[in-house]
Amino acid sequence: MTMHPILAALRKHKAGVVLIALQIALTLAIVCNAVFIIGQRIERVNRPTGLVENDLFLVTQQWVGAPSGDEPGGVAKLDTMQLEDLAALRNLPDVASVAPINTLPLLNSSWNGSMALQPGQELRQGQARTTYYFGDEQMLSTLGLRLVAGRGFTAGDVQHRGFRDTTSPAIVIVTRELADKLFPQGGAVGKTVYIDGSSSPTAIVGVVERLQVPSTGSWVNAFTWNATLVPTRLNANFSRYVVRAKPGRLDAAMRAVTPALYKVNPMRVLDDDSVRSFAEIRDRAYRADRGMAILMGVVCLILLCVTAAGIVGLTSFWVGQRHRQIGVRRALGARKVDILRYFQIENLLIAGAGVVIGVLLAVGLNLWLMSHYEMTRIPVPYVLTGVLAMLAIGQAAVFVPARRASNVPPVEATRAA
Amino acid sequence: MFSYYLELALRSLKRSPGLTALMVLAIGFGVAASMTSWSVFRAVSGDPIPWKSSKLFVPQIDAWGPSARGNDGRNEPSDALNYTDAMALMRDRRAKLQSAMYQISPSVVPAQAGKHPLNVSGHAVYSEFFPMLDVPFRYGSGWSADDDTQRAAVVVISTKLNEKLFGGGNSVGKTVNIEGNDYRVVGVLGDWNPQPRFYDVVNTGGFSEGVEDVFLPFERAIASGIPNDGNTNCNETPKESGFVGLQRSSCVWIAYMALLEDAAAVTAYRQYLDGYASDQQKAGRFNWAPNNRLRDLPAFLDHEEVVPSDTKVSLLVALGLLMVCLVNTVGLLLAKFLRRSSEIGVRRALGAPRKAIYLQFLTEAGMVGLAGGVMGLLLTGVGVASVGLVLPKSISDLARLDLSLLVITLLVAVVATVLAGLYPTFRASRVQPAWQLKSN
Repeated sequence: MTMHPILAALRKHKAGVVLIALQIALTLAIVCNAVFIIGQRIERVNRPTGLVENDLFLVTQQWVGAPSGDEPGGVAKLDTMQLEDLAALRNLPDVASVAPINTLPLLNSSWNGSMALQPGQELRQGQARTTYYFGDEQMLSTLGLRLVAGRGFTAGDVQHRGFRDTTSPAIVIVTRELADKLFPQGGAVGKTVYIDGSSSPTAIVGVVERLQVPSTGSWVNAFTWNATLVPTRLNANFSRYVVRAKPGRLDAAMRAVTPALYKVNPMRVLDDDSVRSFAEIRDRAYRADRGMAILMGVVCLILLCVTAAGIVGLTSFWVGQRHRQIGVRRALGARKVDILRYFQIENLLIAGAGVVIGVLLAVGLNLWLMSHYEMTRIPVPYVLTGVLAMLAIGQAAVFVPARRASNVPPVEATRAA
Repeated sequence: MFSYYLELALRSLKRSPGLTALMVLAIGFGVAASMTSWSVFRAVSGDPIPWKSSKLFVPQIDAWGPSARGNDGRNEPSDALNYTDAMALMRDRRAKLQSAMYQISPSVVPAQAGKHPLNVSGHAVYSEFFPMLDVPFRYGSGWSADDDTQRAAVVVISTKLNEKLFGGGNSVGKTVNIEGNDYRVVGVLGDWNPQPRFYDVVNTGGFSEGVEDVFLPFERAIASGIPNDGNTNCNETPKESGFVGLQRSSCVWIAYMALLEDAAAVTAYRQYLDGYASDQQKAGRFNWAPNNRLRDLPAFLDHEEVVPSDTKVSLLVALGLLMVCLVNTVGLLLAKFLRRSSEIGVRRALGAPRKAIYLQFLTEAGMVGLAGGVMGLLLTGVGVASVGLVLPKSISDLARLDLSLLVITLLVAVVATVLAGLYPTFRASRVQPAWQLKSN
């Protein structure tokens, strides 16, 4: 079968051909980019924080009329209050372990700084930016972090200080990512670093495998895995506790917290938001990403349906229009399968032209998005998959009208139009 | 004649219900997707104070110098002020109205025994904040300039907090215990929860779910040591610790807004800021040339990128969807109209001018558009109701279905479909009557 009659016929209805090709091109461009966005968001949402997230929850509370954390006497009193809370929480029957903490991954409230190998280096020029997690000797086990080198904190390491006090800690544990950035040759354990441009040294005593920073915004992209753990209880008029419930006892443990803390000291604020499971924190942090992925998914689905329906509609029209010609061809000896092929090849040609334009549009749209929004270059497999999908949808859509065409009896040729 | 065309259109649409349904559905989905994402976009990019936004200005002073920013090439000063500069601007009072402000989150102890304390959020502001932003009051008013200087223990509370503490009603004159101190209520706010929270974008990021419950005099809050609850950005570690240390540091944490009535006032204020910075340079506090900004509110919101880029991208994608739906409609209408070439031929042969053909087919396109619009309205309703499922609550709550959205949805559907019908109609009107009659 030669291409000539197909091309000649296409020339007869240019408008319809151009419209289908254009529709396929636009659909391909939008779907490629939308699916790429979906893929990126899914990847972001699924990256592990480094915590063992099951059975984990966070308590945030604020004392009323508490002493000021800016003066030594106040700090001592605040620390006593915090220790009382910790003791009460550790005594709960459904609780496995508890640690004081200033923030958690995905919580979007963070204390950021930088680490340098020399003393007195300015904050923003330090070798590596990092986020600090302040807690005690139970912090690692409660969070479920995996130590890959050195040692964890012991009770003797743990200090306490006022929230706005900026003294450098004597020892820290860092993530592997941060350790590798500071010491590319390895062997970070035992090395000395300087925190936030300070001139007093800090020793690295351990390295954990992975721990994400609290923020999920794009401004932390450069240091998402650069976390530092500090063995210090921070004293302020508020406190946070991260709690690991005994396996399967999360709900019971969470319910027990509020009464237990009020029993220790009723002069505090504990509201609906004060006791949150990590699952809820994760859900809230990635809500926008999930929303965007769902939205893009819905748009893609509608687009593909509309385009497929458009192809069905227009091809049906052509089949109706060429009823007589089909009849003539059949009468001249064309088999059913020849007629079917004819429409399939015709569609392949149109869709082929459409996807060529579509690929250009997709790349153009991607470049435009890259220059205006945070977006990376679309990988070739996405575009190739999109091309194949569009061609397949075209073939699927054309099949029903093409089969109807192939069923036109040869006797049509003898009838008046 | 028009009613005849309507009847013709109806008959034609009924003849091929599948094709008609396809067009109506395509337009409905396209319009609904665009309108739903537009309603979100409109909500987040709206002007929170349209009658005044061009007169409200945010001063920015470079207190860190170029070295703190590295070499990013933009040399933008930080978007908040440090305590020293904010207080200097407040002392000089060169604008008609102005206020420094910082976000607070104090605890409030209800007077009734047995009720647990609660946490509220709000801002420490100057008295000029209320008239400057036309803040509505249900009872009472803001405090006076004297209250500012005397650091009076007065407070303005929200209707919601008023309900919670006093069960509603006029509670001006009553006392509220905030962070252990008694404050006298001077005003209860009316319904006021502007989104984006334009007066303090730096600390709120633009959109927040909660409402502001308390407003305290700025200097009173500083004197009582009520710490800032928002963002603190430092170029170096404060030399002294504590909240007082923060006030003496170069860390930025204070938002500032000034009301400048006309272009002359803006120019004067700009000169004032540059004069201030060069005085600081002479005094040795800054060792760089003045590098200030004075943006009006819309420009500042734009600079802070308050509109989430996701809403922009989804609006774009939805518009793309609408475009594909329209191309689809052009194709289907073309098929539909040209299928009736013989009918057109007969009409033309009987003396119908081209204009009549145009009218007939555009009426038909308009009808498809109207049906698509009604379909789109239903789907937009579903869409707006379900954005809450996919978007953060602080943003989805702002998307509303109102009369203007309904009208625009219908209008977009009809106009877009009629536009899409233009080319097919043109083709229909070009049908040669003689040729059609012959081939029959």
